[in-house]
Amino acid sequence: MTKAAWIRLALLAAAIGGLEGACRAGWLPRTAIIPPTEMAAGGWRAVASGELNEDMAQTFSVVAIAIMVSLAGGFLVGFAIHGRPRLRRALDPFLGAYYAIPHFAFYPLLIVLFGLGPGPLIALAVMFGVVAMIVATMNGLDRVPRVLGKTAQVMRLTGTDELWRVRLPAALPHLFAGVKLAIAYSFIGVIAGEFILSTKGIGHAIAFAYDNFDARSMYGLILFVLLLVASVNLTLHTVEQRLIQRRSR
Amino acid sequence: MDVHASLRGVTRIYPARAGRPPLHALGPLDLDLRRGEFLSVVGPSGCGKSTLLDVVAGLALPSAGTVTFEGQPVLGRVPEGIGVVFQEDASFPWLTVEDNVAFGLRRAGTDPAEVRRRVDYALGFMGLADFARAYPAQLSGGMRQRVCIARTLVLRPRLILLDEPFGALDQQTRLLMGDELLRLWRETGATVMLITHALDEANLLSDRIGVMSARPGVWIETVQTGWPRDRDSTLAARPNFGAVSARLWASIRGESIKALGQAREGAGR
Ligand SMILES: Nc1ncnc2c1ncn2[C@@H]1O[C@H](COP(=O)(O)OP(=O)(O)OP(=O)(O)O)[C@@H](O)[C@H]1O
Ligand SMILES: [Mg+2]
Repeated sequence: MTKAAWIRLALLAAAIGGLEGACRAGWLPRTAIIPPTEMAAGGWRAVASGELNEDMAQTFSVVAIAIMVSLAGGFLVGFAIHGRPRLRRALDPFLGAYYAIPHFAFYPLLIVLFGLGPGPLIALAVMFGVVAMIVATMNGLDRVPRVLGKTAQVMRLTGTDELWRVRLPAALPHLFAGVKLAIAYSFIGVIAGEFILSTKGIGHAIAFAYDNFDARSMYGLILFVLLLVASVNLTLHTVEQRLIQRRSR
Repeated sequence: MDVHASLRGVTRIYPARAGRPPLHALGPLDLDLRRGEFLSVVGPSGCGKSTLLDVVAGLALPSAGTVTFEGQPVLGRVPEGIGVVFQEDASFPWLTVEDNVAFGLRRAGTDPAEVRRRVDYALGFMGLADFARAYPAQLSGGMRQRVCIARTLVLRPRLILLDEPFGALDQQTRLLMGDELLRLWRETGATVMLITHALDEANLLSDRIGVMSARPGVWIETVQTGWPRDRDSTLAARPNFGAVSARLWASIRGESIKALGQAREGAGR
């Protein structure tokens, strides 16, 4: 492990240890927060008991669909806009201001449009994640050297072959910023959506525990989601590093 | 005379962009590439050599004039039978050396056994056999350029366009690669157009050398070297070798000074 990694680990351990100590010493009211060890125990109990299997299946499948739609849609839309410089210049201010929009305000509208069930959750998560992927795709394609496109032309590749066999792989390391964001946003969109208005899913389970003053389950589930998202991100980070390393001179 | 590719009244003007005025980069110029000849193009930096290559290959449309290849007009698409080695590194960093070299063959649907055979031969030819499984990032700039040359040659183009292909190589390797290129040219009977800034290299390799003016590039002179087809770098020892180089330098010197002035003006803007 690098020195930075050790420092990171020490900081994390200190924060958790500090919180544990503060809770146990009674400096923090139990009604507000519980010690991390109890959070972990609560989370473990909730997950291992099997009570949440249905909720997890719902959340993960919705998140997976949202991620796939965001990534594929974002890439294709980004590619299409990238090839039309005038349209791109026209859209630029909208894309730049996009994340200033309070997306959750549209949730009622999405329910009207897509009905109850996973539809509005997917729509919300995609609304949230797809633009990050569009922007990352355009930036990534900007960084593909022109000579690679010329090489594809000399080899007389078809448009689709050029896209999948040259432009996409060439841009891939630069797309990772968008992939990571789109995945994170999909989790946020789905879980937050479930939290507000849903009858199933991890977000709903957290809200249910909150409404019932069940701090152990609530914090346990929050911790579970946190660990999950962190490990997904770590995996992506590792893949990204490997890609970059293979290509760096 | 059997004309392989020809240009008539070709100019190329880059359109105005982002507050900069249009830039007249090339021509008007004519060119007849004879089938099987080795033509080099020399000219001062920024005179439009790479632009000329783009136009001949069909990668860019001329602003005026016509381009034909094997009797057919070239209209904004690269015709089958043309291979290009670019000035910039064009190796695919996500593929190994052998997959880079095999790329075009596989896309063309060539039989796998034949791909293997041609790739192995090209890797050996280019001195890359030990690096077949390496990624371009693990190679030197000169080796990456050789990957690009191999990738082009395995497709057996009838017209090969090379833009400063040896730019990243040291002088000795340059000479040896030049010999290899000559051997290949003789064996395949391909037509070669080589862009280079090295006057000695142009002299050594070519049947004919086109000398370009400063931007916008037009021909100022075409020099016939008169070397035998069966030649290699030992040619440099011939008494009249120096005379050809001297003639090239005499015709390009003034233009190089002009180009340097253009570059300074450009920098001062
Ligand atoms: N895509 C482009 N848009 C605008 N101007 C361009 C473009 N490509 C080249 N130019 C300009 O056209 C002129 C000729 O460029 P070109 O690359 O053909 O020169 P060159 O002779 O190959 O130069 P070098 O010897 O440095 O390789 C230069 O002034 C260059 O700045
Ligand atoms: Mg050039």
